Amino acid sequence: MAKIVTDVVCPFCGTLCDDLEVKVTDDNKKILEVCNACVIGTEKFLHSQAEDRLKVPQMQDEEGNWKEVSIKDAVEYTAQTLCNAKKPLMYGWSSTNCEAQSVGHEIAELVGAVVDNTATVCHGTTLIAVQDVGVPSCTLGEVKNRADRIVFWGCNPAHAHPRHMSRYSIFPRGFFTGKGHKARKMVVVDPRSTDTAKMADVHLQLEQGRDYELLSALRVALRGAPLPETVAGIPRETIQDVAATLKSGRFVIIFFGMGVTQSLSKNHNIDMAISLTRDLNEYTKAAIMPMRGHYNVTGSGQVLGWQFGFPYCVDLSRGFARYNPGDSTSNDLLRRGEVDAVFVLGSDPGAHFPISSVKKIAHLPSVCVDPHHTPTSAVCKLHMPVAFVGVEEAGCAYRMDNVPIETRKVVEPPEGMVSDEEFLKMVLKRVREIKGVA
Amino acid sequence: MAEYLIKNGFVFDPILGINGDKTDVAIKDGKIVESTALSNPKVIDAAGKTVMAAGVDIHAHVAGPKVNVGRNFRPEDKLFTYEAGNGVKRMAGGFSVPTVFRTGYLYAKMGYGTVMEAAMPPLYARHTHEEMRDTPILDQGAYPVFGNNWFVLEYLKNHELENVEAYISWLLRTTRGYAIKIVNPGGTEAWGWGLNCNSIHDPVPYFDITPAQIMKGLMEANEALRLPHSVHIHTNNLGNPGNYETTLETFKLFEGAKANNDFGRKQVMHHTHVQFHSYGGDSWGNVESKADAIMDYVNSHDNMTIDLGCVTLDETTTMTADGPFEHHLTELNHLKWANTDVELETAAGVVPYIYGKNIKVCGIQWAIGLELALMAKDPMRVFITTDHPNAGPFFRYPRVMKWLMSKKAREAEMDSLKWAEKVRDATFLSGIDRELTLYEIAAMSRAGTAQALGLSSMYGSLKPGLQADVAVYDYNPETAEDPELIEKAFGNAAYLFKGGEVVVKDGDVVSNGNKKTLWVDVKVNDNPQVRRDVTEKFLRYYTVTEANYEVNEKVFMKNPYRIEVDATQ
Repeated sequence: MAKIVTDVVCPFCGTLCDDLEVKVTDDNKKILEVCNACVIGTEKFLHSQAEDRLKVPQMQDEEGNWKEVSIKDAVEYTAQTLCNAKKPLMYGWSSTNCEAQSVGHEIAELVGAVVDNTATVCHGTTLIAVQDVGVPSCTLGEVKNRADRIVFWGCNPAHAHPRHMSRYSIFPRGFFTGKGHKARKMVVVDPRSTDTAKMADVHLQLEQGRDYELLSALRVALRGAPLPETVAGIPRETIQDVAATLKSGRFVIIFFGMGVTQSLSKNHNIDMAISLTRDLNEYTKAAIMPMRGHYNVTGSGQVLGWQFGFPYCVDLSRGFARYNPGDSTSNDLLRRGEVDAVFVLGSDPGAHFPISSVKKIAHLPSVCVDPHHTPTSAVCKLHMPVAFVGVEEAGCAYRMDNVPIETRKVVEPPEGMVSDEEFLKMVLKRVREIKGVA
Repeated sequence: MAEYLIKNGFVFDPILGINGDKTDVAIKDGKIVESTALSNPKVIDAAGKTVMAAGVDIHAHVAGPKVNVGRNFRPEDKLFTYEAGNGVKRMAGGFSVPTVFRTGYLYAKMGYGTVMEAAMPPLYARHTHEEMRDTPILDQGAYPVFGNNWFVLEYLKNHELENVEAYISWLLRTTRGYAIKIVNPGGTEAWGWGLNCNSIHDPVPYFDITPAQIMKGLMEANEALRLPHSVHIHTNNLGNPGNYETTLETFKLFEGAKANNDFGRKQVMHHTHVQFHSYGGDSWGNVESKADAIMDYVNSHDNMTIDLGCVTLDETTTMTADGPFEHHLTELNHLKWANTDVELETAAGVVPYIYGKNIKVCGIQWAIGLELALMAKDPMRVFITTDHPNAGPFFRYPRVMKWLMSKKAREAEMDSLKWAEKVRDATFLSGIDRELTLYEIAAMSRAGTAQALGLSSMYGSLKPGLQADVAVYDYNPETAEDPELIEKAFGNAAYLFKGGEVVVKDGDVVSNGNKKTLWVDVKVNDNPQVRRDVTEKFLRYYTVTEANYEVNEKVFMKNPYRIEVDATQ
């Protein structure tokens, strides 16, 4: 027999769909089927069921030979590594719950670590831009119920956030949007012809790296001021048409992704996109929202915010919190050789950081807490496998619009496996003993 | 638990009518007791010191999504404020929007024990609770916002008061909320389209109901439900010259209404940060104080309470569920603007603001906040706040107390303003000689607020049986002459007892206490229509499911304290 768990929250991307139904065995041990999720979300649930899943902590010696160790040994190694380091980096935090993040922050405070999350290679530039010019935004339900002009700038939800368009942005029939996608105009700005771009009413296929110019041109066009014949490869008339389309909407929303945050001009692109949104509010209602990637990278920024006052790259090594992107950001620290130990949880820098950074990790005392074998776990000295948050462990996560949702525990983890939070609590206890604090 | 006897202090307690007499205060098992009940107490010598119940803040923005936006988008707010962790304390920083730790420590240092979060967007209730959970020491509760909620707008439009009541009951329980907050009723919904309701008779777009109807309807529901606190209102037209007329019109909606509850609450309406709502004139050129007209009304109507919203002349961060106002403000000062519209419920905006001494209007705002208190006839109905952080940070309360208690101190401040004479012309402050007494300050900062919140059986007095939340200040009312001593003493409590435990000693935090999170569980008759409507709205218009909406106490709250009300009759 089997039973269905409803209202399950998907721990994959920032869309944080919460309408999944998962069929599990009566003893809560095995997932049989996942419904309503996209293909990536489904895989995340099913992957936890893999027979060859790593269940015991592994340590790597200098020759690269792995041997199994106990959880107690893993806790000891982690605590000693963090306590012995002058300035450890504690990176990741985006694929775990807020409760684990909180415990991690306590450890970081005691050992004087730098806490950084995946925004550092993703929407960190957005966070900087928000500090420059603010951000007029809204929840995804406002988009569903009101928005009739949808812009996707430098993002490709068809692949990266597969249910975004059906749940929130393009297709749903909301309170004031009873005609669904028929009454919405969709504009996609992307140098590539993506599957999202193919659905658009207007695809602005700009020259790569020219986002800043095009955003500026749209601001100029809104004001009705003169433009050159082409900007970023887009003809003047097209830009003016798009500006008119946005202006004539009742509610404009701009979603943007890594195409603008991590390409040439970085945070300045976002400054301009936000300023465009501000300008649009002179004529109609407009909002802007980053398409956050990991399902709880937003939560990491929130917890860091209320505990330390900064959303990422928070350096606690001086005994008080310091924030200085470019200095206290992970890659800058690693490449300058400024950190002497690395702790990774809930992310995979091995796959996403430049090789120069990954090489540094490989030469440092290092811990990777992750349910999977990853390129990061391959270079770390200790690989601590844990339960999947959102599958085998509940806890709070923040959606891309900052809405917090409590993820659910769907099945039991394999026997003897601990969660991120439990592991961190054991490390915290040991760190307190080593540091001699109550 | 340890027993304490606080001896020989000058005690101020408006509930017990003690006005500076030397009385002993006894603490046992977390409660205040008769001194005869003690067997072997630790004696605290409070000779030459002032003793009061711990402070109770009725309105501050200290936890939740917009507060955190303020923190995260203002790294500059942390400059020169950070303190390393020490003993029981975590590292903590931030000026106008401190981190949760600093919020707890600074309130405790002022001798405050209870702080109400003034606006909680229901969809973000979890976030608000997570921050309150991590805020040490303080007992807290949060007011969910109702004034732009689609359920409320629709039911009130159809005159379905019973449904409003059932919905309020459901939402308070689901979000673990404390009271009914109303912010720019209707105007914030209009902001969903970039519009606003500037008077209490402007109809709300589509919903076709007026702010007046919303406020009155929610008040009626509040009294039918017999909740501990009244409706907590921030009316329309905040911050505009000439807006005092809107404020008076709002007050008049409640004329003749009587409070209905078992919690000792006497008002049917609390209006918050009235300073922002007391402006005369018709432009920023001729804006002037209308504190006289406002306070004439407040003084002669005892079914309402207000808090001040004192401007403290600091650089701060404004944040409110009044979305259109924040847009208006960013147009005015051209500083960065954050906004979040929340589906079916509300919105919020955040803009930094500098109340400069070189700006005439800021001086006028500063004067109005103080005038309201100085013109008050009944200090049990007029409360000290800065609408933290909107008019200034909460840790300026001791400074506000100094201004209220000393004509010399406020005249010195007035003289330091660039446009002092123009400010004097537009306000009444320099003509007011009144200096508030410690007895009146105790009413305005603890006894009155506790009563207005319906919490007088727990806080606000030193009556035996109440929670042992006691503040001792190193201030001798018989000898102190320098007004600076007031600010110093009230910002650095000699002792704060929280639930009978020493939390602050000599101005330093020595324990994280055992905070409680207050919420109101009001039972109403089963209402199948509201149940159906809730399910329908979640299916069709919300982006989370109904089952994923309720706040889980075990995860998100520290020591939840449920206040039960039975409104099934």
